Parts: sequence; C-alpha cells; structure tokens
Amino acid sequence: MTNVQTAKTRAGENGAANDEHINVFVDSPETERIRRSQEIRDSHGRPKKSHDSAGRINWPLTVVLMFLSLGVLVPLYFTIVTAFKTPAEAGTFALPHIWHWENFATASNMINFPRVALNSLIITVCAVALTLVTNTFVAYAVARNMDKRFFRFLYYFFIAAMFVPFPVLMLPLAKQMGVLHLDNIVGLIVLYVIMGLGTNMFIATAFIRSIPFSLEEAARLDGAGTWTIFFRIIWPLMGPINATIAITTTLWAWNDFLMPLIILTDSSQTTIPLAQYVFSSQFATNYPVAFSSYLMAMLPVLIVYIFSQKWVISGVMRGAVKGE
Amino acid sequence: MSQASAVRGLSTPRSAKKRSHVSRFSHRHVDPAFYWMAVPAAILFAAFLYFPFLRGVGYSFTNSQGYGTSHFIGLRNYAALFQDGRVGHAYLFTFLISLAITLLVNFIALFLAVALNAHIACKTGLRAIFFIPYTLAVLVIGYVFRYLFMTVVPSWGQSMHSSWLSQSMLTNESMAWFPIVFLAVWQGVAYSMLLYLAGLQTIDSEIYEAASIDGANGWKAFWSITFPLMKPFLTINLVLTMKNAMNTFDQVVALTGGGPNSSTETVSYLIFNNGLTGGEYAYQTANAVIFFLVLLVIAGIQLGISNRSEEN
Repeated sequence: MTNVQTAKTRAGENGAANDEHINVFVDSPETERIRRSQEIRDSHGRPKKSHDSAGRINWPLTVVLMFLSLGVLVPLYFTIVTAFKTPAEAGTFALPHIWHWENFATASNMINFPRVALNSLIITVCAVALTLVTNTFVAYAVARNMDKRFFRFLYYFFIAAMFVPFPVLMLPLAKQMGVLHLDNIVGLIVLYVIMGLGTNMFIATAFIRSIPFSLEEAARLDGAGTWTIFFRIIWPLMGPINATIAITTTLWAWNDFLMPLIILTDSSQTTIPLAQYVFSSQFATNYPVAFSSYLMAMLPVLIVYIFSQKWVISGVMRGAVKGE
Repeated sequence: MSQASAVRGLSTPRSAKKRSHVSRFSHRHVDPAFYWMAVPAAILFAAFLYFPFLRGVGYSFTNSQGYGTSHFIGLRNYAALFQDGRVGHAYLFTFLISLAITLLVNFIALFLAVALNAHIACKTGLRAIFFIPYTLAVLVIGYVFRYLFMTVVPSWGQSMHSSWLSQSMLTNESMAWFPIVFLAVWQGVAYSMLLYLAGLQTIDSEIYEAASIDGANGWKAFWSITFPLMKPFLTINLVLTMKNAMNTFDQVVALTGGGPNSSTETVSYLIFNNGLTGGEYAYQTANAVIFFLVLLVIAGIQLGISNRSEEN
C-alpha cells in the first residue's frame, strides 16, 4: 500500500469519529501496523519506545512455537524432496541422491501444465478484477442508502446468501450453467464475482460508512455525478479493503476445486487443482512425478506469499475482523 | 439539485420533491445512479444464487434424474431419505468429524494466537509459517497427506512393530476418519488463529500491566482477562469453523474418496457423488434441502448458546 493511500485512509478514519456510526474496528489495521512496526524495532534491538516488559523475550515459548512450526514445514519439505526423487527412492524424508529435475517436465507434459496454469491465471485475474470493480460499487450504493427501505432490503438480500452453502445449490446450479452455455471459464468467472458479493459487501459497507460525506459533498457541488464520485473519490479511499478483497478472492479462485469440478465440462479448460484430480489415478504409478505436479500447483501462490506475507496476513485479518 | 440532495448530510424537506421516488422508510430522494449500481447485481445474484436454490427445492419434489422428463412425486424423496442408512451415516459422520475439527481447530488456534501475541523472538516469521496452510489448495496438499498416510506412516508403524500403525489408516474403516480430521485441522487452524490474533490486539496491554501488579500472571491472566474478552471472537470462530467443517468435501476427495465401504462419506460428498454421477439427482437435491435446514439449526443453536453465556 502506498503512503498516499495510508494518509487518505487515516483522513477517512479521523472523519469517522464525527459520524454517528463509529466502527470499533476501523482503527484496527492502523493500530496493528503501528504495533508491528514496534515489534520489528524490538527484534532489531533499536531504541525501543514501547513499554517496560517488551524487552524480555520468552525463549521457552519461542522454542515451543518453532517446534510446532515443523508441523507446517515438514509436509512442505517432504513435498519438495519427493518431487525430485525416483519412484524407488520415494517415501522417506531423506534428500534425493540425484535431483531429478526431469520429473517436472514429465508432470508438465502429462497434465499440460502451461495450459491449465493459463486457465487458472485467466480465471483468477478476471475474477479479481471484476470483483474489485463491481462488488465495491454495489457496496457503495447500499452503504450510502441504508436509510432507504429498498437498499436496506438489498443489504440483507446479499448477506443472507452467506448462509446458503455451495453444496446446497450445486446440483441445480450445474444444470443451469449447462443450459445457459456457461459451463466454461466465463461462467466460472461470473460465479466467483457473484458468489463473493455477500462477504465482500459485508466487509466493504462498514468501511464505506466510515468515509465522511463532506468529501462527496464538495465534489457534488463541483458538478460530479455519483459514478464519477465513486471512481474518483471513494474507490481510491478503499485501498485497504480493496487489498483484502483482492487477496481473499485470489486465494479462493486459484485454490478452489469444487466449483470448477461441477461447472467445467470441456477438459481443455481445466484449472490447476482440477487437473490434479483428473490425473490422480495416473499419478498413482509414479509418485515423484505426481509430487512435482503438486509442487508446481503450490509454488505460484507460495512464492507470492513469501514476498508479501505481511501484506497478505494483514489483508486477510482486516477482512476477518470486519467481515465475519 | 437532485444530485446534491442525494448526499445524506444535506437534509431535504419532505414535500420539496415532486417527481422523486419516495419510500416510507425515508423521504430523501435517491440518485438513480445508485439504483444502476445495485439493481443489476441484485438481479444476477437472484439468477445465479436464489433461483438455483429454489429450483433445487422444486426438483426435490420430483423424480428427475437431471435430464429427460420427470413428474411430481410429492414428499416421497424426503420419506426415503429418512429411511436411507447411507444418508444417515453421512450425516452422523459429518457431524462427528465437524465436532472434532471445530474443537481441535479452536483449541490449537487459540493457543497459537496467545503464544504469538506474547513476547517471543521471530514473531513475524513464525506467524507467516503458521499461516502458510491457508494459502494452499486443500485438494493438492490433501494428495500429499494421502501419500504420507498411505506409505510413510505405515512404514513408521512397521519399524516400531506396532500392528495398528503398519496398516494404512485410509483403508481401515474405523480409522479413516483420522486423516480427514487431521488434514482439516492442519489447514483450518491458520484462519482461526488469525481471527484470534486480531481479537487479542483489541485488548489493551495496560489491562495486563494492571493485573500483573495485582499478581495475576500466566494462566490466571489468561482465564480472568484474555478468555472473557475473547468471547465474541470465540463465538465467531466456533460458528465459522463448524460451518466450514460441515461442508468438508475436498479432504474426502483427496484422501479416501468416501471409502472404505462408504464409511467416510460426508453429506457434501454424497450430494455431489450420487447427485451428479449416481443418477439420484432429485433425491440428492432433497438431501441438499435437508442439509441446508440442518446447517441453519446448528448455527442457530450455536448463536443461542453463546448469547446466553454472554448474558450470564
């Protein structure tokens, strides 16, 4: 997030204090960021501003946590080493004798990785972009007109869908998508944009209500219409919420298995997780090749996550606190 | 003029508008652009969510196979569902693993959150590691765990001369639930942990300082300060984890495929498997309707219990 956006957000939050609906959680991303910057300062041993007890590090607890983190790391380590082995070597935690890079080429040819990765990429990018543009203005319209019966109804109309789990409607939905000729990538993108609306709107309305009206009033007096005001003023102010929506939608669309499984009918449009399922029986004869395929499926998200983990975690946390 | 009054801050005299669309809720004029923003989305939402849901309810009263002709058969699907042992087992199995997953996820997540919120070294790095499972596709990491439970764990069992461990749990009818719960917990802890961490950050550290002056540290501070203040987050987490666990699907596909001998079929898996490929289309839509009602009742009970405990 850029400094400009942070400054604007802060302006929005200060204004919120004057609003009658003060959201308790509006400050939390800021507070969190300040706290984390203090933590970093502590761990680097630079001059500490924080309170007295911050200096004493609980080493026993640190060791326990490091031990527990092996629970996450060991399966990942196992995936990596197995991906480079021969079938005879597989099944242990030892490093491979020779690193068999050709496993990746075999796996890639088998599942047509470039193709399925491109499908997943198209679906994820389009779903995220469309979600970011459309879901936010729906939330804006609802949040700014909550005193109207119609918009209040729409609010609950969108929120109520969060209580309808996907398995409940998947059979009729699969049939309907087939009838509409949307049993393809396009239909999948449409569904991600629509199905995310309930949660995204829930997250975004609280934030939009904390943005003061005075900003919009000034623009209106200059003759700006509602659409212009939304895209020029409100949308840029929603930076942190847009980040949250982008992160959660990306992880969902990229990793989802059930929706592609029931919607997609053309095998050339398979996504990465679905390809692992389709080839699971062929993989059973050569586990290292299967594991190179699993590793290729995990790596794109893992690499992005390693370089942006703070941003990802704070984004998901913001959504968790405000949304659900 | 009409645009300026669309801003809520400006009060509008209720009689001033002639051509405006006035509702009984508020007499303010709404800029039509707001309708253009929200109404198309509402129509799409109805078409792709509420309409299929209601169609599903409609199908549940027919003998449809998903194609061809079908006719109305009343409540016969529902009557058959309540006598179907396989369906009953799927509900029982789903409910039991959901209970186990919910308890384990929340226990571990709360512990990790409290520990990560303490004064420890490598705080950011550890938090990043514990959050990794959330970023992975359940199905893909599930296939990794399937191999671990099929090959690696039995080989440990053999080297330890433990007869029950040397056989794969995935092919053992009475043990196959364990890998499913294990994978769901392994993956589910991350999000709950983050929610608890967010909750812990809302607690002012001065409360702990005041408590430590009074001699309350460690466990005492946790039970008298942290736990009561975290109750709202506990409620949200319990409801969310239970809801996700009741929909367990990817884990079953990756690990057991419902077997051995349909002993690990969850309700979602049964709806998918028998509804789409097993020729029980209408029957499984009826199952989905029952499932929806069951989930509503469970969420209602959970919220009811937590409301009562918060009142006390």
